[in-house]
Amino acid sequence: MMWFHNARLIDPEAGTDALGTLLVRDGAILERDGPFPKGARAVDCAGKCLAPGIVDMGVQVGEPGAQHKESLRTAGLAAARGGVTTIVMRPDTDPAIDTPEVLEYVTRRAEARTPVNIRAMAALTRGREGREMAEISFLLDAGAVAFTDGDHVSTDTKVLSRCMAYARGLGALVIAHPQDPGLSHGTCATSGKFASLRGLPAVSPMAERMGFDRDMGLVEMTGVRYHADQITSARTLPALERAKANGLDVTAGISIHHLTLNELDVGGYRSFFKFTPPLRSEDDRRAMVQAVAEGLIDVICSMHTPQDEESKRLPFEEAAAGAVGLETLLPAAMRLYHSEGLDLPTIWRALSLNPAKRLGLAGGRLTPDAPADLVLFDPDAPFVLDRATLASKSKNTPYDGARMEGRVLATYVAAVCVFDAAEVTA
Amino acid sequence: MTFTQDHLLGIEHLHPVEITTILDLAQDYVGLNRSAEKHGRALEGMTQINMFFENSTRTQASFELAGKRLGADVMNMAMAHSSLKKGETLIDTALTLNAMHPDLLVVRHGNSGAVDLLAQKVNCAVLNAGDGKHEHPTQALLDALTIRRAKGRLHRLTVAICGDIAHSRVARSNLILLGKMENRVRLVGPGTLMPKGVEDFGVEVFDDMKAGLEGADVVMMLRLQRERMDGGFVPSEREYFHRFGLDAEKLAYAKPDAIVMHPGPMNRGVEIDGAIADDINRSVIQEQVEMGVAVRMAAMDLLAQNLRRRRERDRLRSISDE
Repeated sequence: MMWFHNARLIDPEAGTDALGTLLVRDGAILERDGPFPKGARAVDCAGKCLAPGIVDMGVQVGEPGAQHKESLRTAGLAAARGGVTTIVMRPDTDPAIDTPEVLEYVTRRAEARTPVNIRAMAALTRGREGREMAEISFLLDAGAVAFTDGDHVSTDTKVLSRCMAYARGLGALVIAHPQDPGLSHGTCATSGKFASLRGLPAVSPMAERMGFDRDMGLVEMTGVRYHADQITSARTLPALERAKANGLDVTAGISIHHLTLNELDVGGYRSFFKFTPPLRSEDDRRAMVQAVAEGLIDVICSMHTPQDEESKRLPFEEAAAGAVGLETLLPAAMRLYHSEGLDLPTIWRALSLNPAKRLGLAGGRLTPDAPADLVLFDPDAPFVLDRATLASKSKNTPYDGARMEGRVLATYVAAVCVFDAAEVTA
Repeated sequence: MTFTQDHLLGIEHLHPVEITTILDLAQDYVGLNRSAEKHGRALEGMTQINMFFENSTRTQASFELAGKRLGADVMNMAMAHSSLKKGETLIDTALTLNAMHPDLLVVRHGNSGAVDLLAQKVNCAVLNAGDGKHEHPTQALLDALTIRRAKGRLHRLTVAICGDIAHSRVARSNLILLGKMENRVRLVGPGTLMPKGVEDFGVEVFDDMKAGLEGADVVMMLRLQRERMDGGFVPSEREYFHRFGLDAEKLAYAKPDAIVMHPGPMNRGVEIDGAIADDINRSVIQEQVEMGVAVRMAAMDLLAQNLRRRRERDRLRSISDE
């Protein structure tokens, strides 16, 4: 039994942020704001924040296929240090997670090597090629929480509609990357003044809206449960709002990078700032922050994408896209708290409660019987990020050298402490 | 006895009384087919042409046998390799046929509605042996006869039709026939193989075998064509069998005396477990084949009677006109 006291409890479900206590037993939350029970171990939180652990929806782990970039072990360590208690793995491995056999292999290895929870999404089509449906029923039985081809956008709407119709029959969640494949092909920046100045092949943010509109047509046709992995442009928001108002079972996410960075950060062709979709204008970024505050965008994730130096030290156009984010998700999200006026329960709704709910996981709550997956953090602790200190094998973070506020002090998974900052610094 | 049709193009056009008429006569022919002297004279002097624009072995053999047992002169035209390939239109084929004066024309075609079109252009009785994804009336009739013999009635039964409904003409004819005879029809299959709007046909739709087979009197499996299994409509054979293949476990959801049917040819291990297909206490699949010949004899007999009557009427009319 553990009794956390003197803690600022961040409860995304109730929307509260108040001092209190939390009693934990057998890996689950037992009681809130109760007195100290005899025999329990008391943990003095010193007035710092205690929140449900982050459920990071969309993490690329290099294993299998690219262990030199990230392994299940290093991803797990990075997650523990970043307050992420559940990694939701993307299927863009090599081979892709498109059969129950690969899924079982990954799950078995993860259990032995990863201190945090790890759940996997599976490919919607074989090899994520958009041609043949994956074995959705078998994969669900094997524990897949959602189905996605990642940023491989299907060009064949017939195949996609059949996949959705089939998934609908099984109640499976389909996650898509809303993007018009024709317009976005071969581009690496958002069209506008900056991309023109730099001479980069660019795509209009409208490509995202067009992709999203197409997907909404298919969702309306099939009735499937749908999640857009990243909505990054203000142009898409009215369509998202309309879809939700029309009663479609639709949610949307965004990466922390698109909430805290804009296209100008690319500066002199800095490839650590290359993302899929590309960083947007400042107007778009602010509209996205507003959409998260209003709950229109449901989920914030890290879109953790480890890339080694060789993949990044290339001309901007040829460099690999994506950044690591498991460890920087929480401090970067604190920028929304300090600079954008979002309160912590709102941020935690998007980091923890909503992704857990959407994927049917038990986490994300501080209510009795919820798993004791917790993060203790100091939202105000300042530091300058040094990428060399990251636990990830790959160090491709856009926040290298950035001044940040917000540090994870400890992470608990099923009441077991998997990271303690005091031990690291001591 | 009531049967007023000039052609047998689909179950859609039949009155329940006409269905009963065909089945009653077919029941008599079952006896004939089981006797040593399998000769009837209902089609004596008549010419039956089987035109199969799509390859078929079983249905064509069944029609051929039915015609021969009733004394018709039967000719098979394998149209899949014929003049149509050389560019002849369906209408021209019909005109050519007219010149040969057939009395019964049995047609299978890959396009829905093609048999109807042909029937408008020829002056003989036309039987639809399957057109596209539209109808396959003799299959539904033979299924009905099989059910009636096994269950003692053809009304107030719960019939589950399972599998590839969307591409199946057998399913369409069967659900229309069973509906007309006042049965409860359920369709079971994945969303990708379920035609849109089918709920409005007065059937219940399921995407789960357990719920779909619950309390069923008849379980009718459909063939899943191999070209539909390669990730296009269902992910794989093994997943399809896992979810929708009929095995002992899934059959246990149906009534203990439920019968198992399959229009053939079967894919053992895809839509049906071999052990179920061979279970003589449950499977009536062989009986279906037997009923097929009898039902086709009955249908051609009735159409021939109407044809003779019509021709006689026309003859008398032409005499009185003179």
